[in-house]
Amino acid sequence: MIDAASLKVGDELPRFDRKTGFAIWNRYAAVNDEYVPIHMDDAAGQAAGLPGAIGMGNLQFSYLHNVVRDWMGDAGRIVSMSCQFRAPNLRDQVVSACGRVTGLETTSDGLAVTLEVWTQDEDGNRLAPGTCEVLLDT
Amino acid sequence: MTSQQAEKDNERTAISLAMRQAVGSELSRMVSYPVSESDIRKWAAAVYYPDEPPARFWDHEAAGDSRAGGITAPEEFNPFAWMKAEPKGVKPTSAATDADSTERSLGIEGPHLMNQLNGGVSVEYGVPIRPGDVITSVTRLGEYTERPGSLGLMLFTPLETTWTNQQGEVVKRSRLVLIRY
Repeated sequence: MIDAASLKVGDELPRFDRKTGFAIWNRYAAVNDEYVPIHMDDAAGQAAGLPGAIGMGNLQFSYLHNVVRDWMGDAGRIVSMSCQFRAPNLRDQVVSACGRVTGLETTSDGLAVTLEVWTQDEDGNRLAPGTCEVLLDT
Repeated sequence: MTSQQAEKDNERTAISLAMRQAVGSELSRMVSYPVSESDIRKWAAAVYYPDEPPARFWDHEAAGDSRAGGITAPEEFNPFAWMKAEPKGVKPTSAATDADSTERSLGIEGPHLMNQLNGGVSVEYGVPIRPGDVITSVTRLGEYTERPGSLGLMLFTPLETTWTNQQGEVVKRSRLVLIRY
């Protein structure tokens, strides 16, 4: 459980890492009914102008929630989350979901924390940059 | 706008007059089946795989002790996968691959682009989804924009969606940008 009182701007969240590929993507397709050819088949990805099959943007969106939930535990709630899908998640990439505190504001409902969040590949190239707001209990 | 001018515009845009006139239209209205604990467990297991998901998503004791006071779904959980109570039946597989499906659902011609991708999403969350909830989703068509990209003309289509539960409480408001090229 995080200590809201000790948080400061610039704090980094512990990363959430996943080696991605069909084993992970198929599990996600099974719960989201997302059997789209570009997520299942290299040839379909190439036909769409991509290097091969790519992971689901929705799954990266889940990873961004995971990194925040793992950091926050049960100490608050996610108020909003947004991201842009700037680069594809390719097969066998290690995708890391990351976050950093960019703002803190004490409100009558708790501590409002603004986070920069993003997913990145092994070389640090950002795949899905975004922002998140959470409200922590105080 | 004269028909000559409209024709000229259509030569350099993927956005037809009919598409412009459709902005703001209701694209879809869906009602979920009651959300089950199993749906929530499976979602949590898939998005945390191979790690165990947080216990508050699947363990009654842990969830009961949590701030939510019971099992809730991960925020980004989708209760409409596979089948819906309304409209009934399995969605056609073409919906995910047909880059004209957005306009087709409104009875107008689409832009006839070949591919579509999820460009980004922003969500504001309200109350959490709990087992037994029945979620209604209403999606409206946002304002089209377009610009040249490395793969040709890129058409950006925002889909603005509100989910409410059976008590009329807002679960989330989201905006997804569909990129077609």
